[in-house]
Amino acid sequence: MNKISLTINGKKIEAVPGQTVLEVARENGIDIPTLCYYPGTKLVGACRVCVVEIEGQRCLAASCAMPVSPGMVVRTDTPRVVEAQKMVVELLWASGDHNCLVCEANGNCELQDLVYRFKIEKPRFPIEPPGYPVERSNTMIQRDLNKCILCGRCIRVCNEIQVNEVLDFSERGSRMKVGPAFDADYIDSNCVFCGACVDACPTGAIVNRQSRFEGRPWELKKVRTTCGYCGVGCQMDLNLHEGRIVKVTGSRDHGTPNYGSLCVKGRFGMDFIHHPSRLKKPLIREGGELREASWDEAYSYIADRMSAIKAKHGPDSLAGLSSARCTNEENYLFQKFIRAAVGTNNVDHCARL
Amino acid sequence: MTVAGLAASFGSGAMTNSLDEIEFADVILAIGTNTTENHPIAGSKVKRAVRQLGAKLIVIDPRDIALTRYAELWLRPKPGTNVAVINGIMNGIVSEGLHNREYIEKRTEGFAALEEVLKKYTPEHVERISGVPADDIRKAARLYASGKKSSILYCMGVTQHSTGTDGVKSVANLSMLCGFVGIESGGVNPLRGQSNVQGACDMGALPATFPSYQQVANDEMRARFEKAWGVSLSGKPGLTVVEIMNAAHEGRIKGVYVMGENLMLSDPDLHHVEESLKKLELLVVQDLFLSDTAKLAHVVLPAANFAEKDGTFTNTERRVQRVRKAVEPPGEAKPDWLIVSELSARMGYGMKYGSPREIMDEIARVTPSYAGINYRRIERRGLQWPCLNAEHPGTKFLHRDRFTRGLGLFAAIEYKPSAELPDGDYPFYLTTGRVLYHYHTGTMTRLSRGPMERYPESLVEINPEDAWNLKLEDGEFVMVTSRRGSVKAKAWVTNRSPKGTVFMNFHFPEAAANLLTNPALDPIGKIPEYKVCAVKVEKAAADILERTEAPAKVQAAK
Ligand code: SF4
Ligand code: SF4
Ligand code: SF4
Repeated sequence: MNKISLTINGKKIEAVPGQTVLEVARENGIDIPTLCYYPGTKLVGACRVCVVEIEGQRCLAASCAMPVSPGMVVRTDTPRVVEAQKMVVELLWASGDHNCLVCEANGNCELQDLVYRFKIEKPRFPIEPPGYPVERSNTMIQRDLNKCILCGRCIRVCNEIQVNEVLDFSERGSRMKVGPAFDADYIDSNCVFCGACVDACPTGAIVNRQSRFEGRPWELKKVRTTCGYCGVGCQMDLNLHEGRIVKVTGSRDHGTPNYGSLCVKGRFGMDFIHHPSRLKKPLIREGGELREASWDEAYSYIADRMSAIKAKHGPDSLAGLSSARCTNEENYLFQKFIRAAVGTNNVDHCARL
Repeated sequence: MTVAGLAASFGSGAMTNSLDEIEFADVILAIGTNTTENHPIAGSKVKRAVRQLGAKLIVIDPRDIALTRYAELWLRPKPGTNVAVINGIMNGIVSEGLHNREYIEKRTEGFAALEEVLKKYTPEHVERISGVPADDIRKAARLYASGKKSSILYCMGVTQHSTGTDGVKSVANLSMLCGFVGIESGGVNPLRGQSNVQGACDMGALPATFPSYQQVANDEMRARFEKAWGVSLSGKPGLTVVEIMNAAHEGRIKGVYVMGENLMLSDPDLHHVEESLKKLELLVVQDLFLSDTAKLAHVVLPAANFAEKDGTFTNTERRVQRVRKAVEPPGEAKPDWLIVSELSARMGYGMKYGSPREIMDEIARVTPSYAGINYRRIERRGLQWPCLNAEHPGTKFLHRDRFTRGLGLFAAIEYKPSAELPDGDYPFYLTTGRVLYHYHTGTMTRLSRGPMERYPESLVEINPEDAWNLKLEDGEFVMVTSRRGSVKAKAWVTNRSPKGTVFMNFHFPEAAANLLTNPALDPIGKIPEYKVCAVKVEKAAADILERTEAPAKVQAAK
C-alpha cells in the first residue's frame, strides 16, 4: 500500500491512507486523550477531548475523526489544544455528580484520569448535577446517570458490537440521556445483560452492581481464562479479591474469538463457583445414606468394587461417562483410565450435539 | 451427531470454518440454531454481518427466534422436517442450474445418487411435508446459491433428531452442491453447545475412537496406543451414553463412573434413567454439587471447576485455549485430572503427572491433530487444530484444496418422519432447548443471582391461538404430558412457538422436560430425539404460592 507522510509534533511519520490522525499518533507513541472514542464503532467526534491543531486550519480538529492527508502538519501539545481539552474536562466535571469518594469506578475512571492529567484543582464552572435517581432495579447492573458524560460508548457497543439494540439517546439538549427505549429501567427493557456497556463506560455511570464494595480496582487481580459455558470459548478475566472471584470482565486485548464481548452467562453466571452448596469432602453410601469420608477411603472403596465387578463380570460390565465441561487433559486422562486401567471402550460423554 | 455426519461427508467432524469468518460471509443460512441465546457471541457476529456488512440471512427454524428479525428469509418448517426442507432447497438449486458443476466434478463423489433422490423433492412436495411455502423454498435456493461465500450455521435443532445424522449430511450436501466447503467464510459450521464438547470428542471420550478419532477397532491404531500406554487394549467399540443406560437397566452394566455430568436432567426419558442407575452395583459420581445423579451414587467425589484448575478447552472452531486456575477449590475438592490419576494408581495402572501441562505434552504425542500444541504456544492466543507440528500455525478453515477424506462425499438422503408424531391423544409437538439465561442442566446458572433474576423458573412457550383454545392465560400453569411422563410448569403465551408446538427448556429439575422426551436414537450418532415428541397440554390448577410475576420480565428476553 502507498504510504503517505505527515508531521506530528515535529516528527516525520508514515501512515496508511484512511487512517485517522489519532490512530497514527498512538501508533507512534504520541498520546492524545480521548473519551468518546471506542475502536470498532462509528467515529463520532463528540467529546472533543482529542482535539489537535492542524496547520492551515482555523478550528481545532477532533483527531479521532480526522483522516490523515499527505503533508499534514499536526500539533497535539500547543497551549491552545491543552486549553481546549481542559475546558472540555471541566465542563464534564461540572455537569455531573463526580464524587469519587463513593464511586465504584474510582481508580478506573477515564474522566478522573484526565482531571489529574490536566492538573485541574476545581472546575471553573459551578457543579450542577442533573439529579437523576440512581437505577438499582436489578441485581446485575447499576446506573447512575449523574456520572454520565454522554460519550455514547455504551450505545455504540450495545448497537454496533453486541447488536442487542437496546440503548439510545433520548431527549435533547440539557436533558439528554442514555438508556433503553422509553427511558425504561434495564430490567424492564429487552436488555440481555451482556454487560458490554459496563465495560465500555469510561466513568462510574454504568457499573457491575454485584462487585460494588467488593474490592477497589487496584486491589483486584485479573486471571485470564476461557469461559466454561458455551462452545464459543470467550476469553475473559476473572477479577479476584482476597481469593474470591468478585466479577468477570472482558478484555479487547485478548482478541479472538470474542474481542472483549461476553454474554450474561459468562459475565453474571459465576456465582456457582463460591456457592456454599459445593461438595467439599468425598461421600460414601452407608446404610442407605451418604456420609463423609476421606479420599483414601473413597479411593479404596471404588478401586475394590471396580476390581471385583471386573473380575466377576469382565471389563465390559463397567462404563465411564466423561464430561464436555471438563478440560482436554481430563477427558484424555479419563478415557485412558477407562480403556487402559479398566479395560473397556465403554466411555462416552454427554454432549447433546 | 455432528462428528459422525460431517466425518462421513468430509472426513472431519468439526466446524469447517472459524467464528471470525462468519462476519464476512455474503449469505448465512442458520438452521436449527437459536444462536443469539445459545451462542450469544456468535450471534452478535451474525447480526453484525447483517447490519453492518449487508449479509443476507436465511433462518430455518420452527420457532420465532430473535435471529428471524435479522433475516431476509425465514422458513418455518414443522419440527423434524429439516431433511425434506434441505432436499427441497437442493432440488431448487439443481433445477435452476445454480449448482457448482466444476466443484462437484473435481472435488466430490456420489452426486448422481443424490441428484436422483432430489428429483422427487420438488418445492411443492416439500411444502406438503414441512408446511414451508414452495416459493420460499425456491427463494432460499436462489439466495443461498447466489452468495460468493455462503456459510451454514447449525446446532442441536439439526442433530437432536432420530434422523440427526441425516440432517448433518444434508447440510453438508447443500454446502458442497454450491462449492462452499473449503473457502474462507463458507462451510458447514456446527455451533457446539458446551465449552469443551469438541475437545471431549477430540480426546477420545467416545466409545469407538481414541484421541483424534483413531478407531479402536483398527489394529494398527490400537497398536499405537498399546505402545504409548504400555497395556493391551480392547478392540471392541464400546457403548454410548444411552446404550450404557439401557445395558444398566438390563443388568449387563454393573458399574458406572460419571465425571461431571448430571444424567438425571440431561438424558431423555428420566424415569428410565433413574431405574437404570438404581440397578447399578457401583455408581461413582464426581461433581461440583450433590446433583440428582450424585444423590443416587455409592460414592461422590468433590471436584474442582474450571476456575480452580489449569487446562485447556477446545472451542467450537477447533481452537485450543487455556483455562487457568484463579482460585482454590473449596474444602478437599480436587481437580478431575488429579482424582482420575490417583484412582488409576490404586487400580494398579499408574498415571503420574505433575501438572496438566505434562498431560498436554502426552496428548500432543498421541494425537496427530494436536501434535504442535503446547502451553507455551497457546499462552496468549489459542491454536486451531489441525496443528501438525511445533511450527504449524494451526488451521483457520478445513478442506481447502482437498477434503480430509480426499473427495467430499454426497449422501443421497430420504426424509424420514420423526419417531413420534402428534396424534389424537397427544396432539402437540414438544420441542426442547436452552434459553439465554441458563445452561445445560442448570446446575451452575441456577445458582447465579443474575440469570435467576431474569429467568427464575421453567416456562412452557405456547402459541396464543393454542392458549386461547385451552382458555389459558400467560403465567398460568399447564400440565404437559407425553407417553413417558407429565410435567407441570408455567405457560408463556408467545408467538415464538408456532401453532401446535410447545417449547420447553431442560434447565429446571422441578419441570424436567426430559421426563417427556423420546429416547428414540439416531441410528448412527446415537443422539436422542430431544427436538420432537408428541404431548398433550392441559391447563393445570395453580398453586397460589408458586405464582410470581416472572413471565412479564422474561418476555423481554426476545
Ligand atoms: S447489558 Fe448489553 S444489552 Fe443490556 S444495555 Fe448493556 S450492552 Fe445493551
Ligand atoms: S453511560 Fe457511560 S458510556 Fe454511556 S454515555 Fe454515559 S458515560 Fe458514556
Ligand atoms: S461468555 Fe457467553 S458466548 Fe462467551 S463463551 Fe461464555 S457463554 Fe458462550
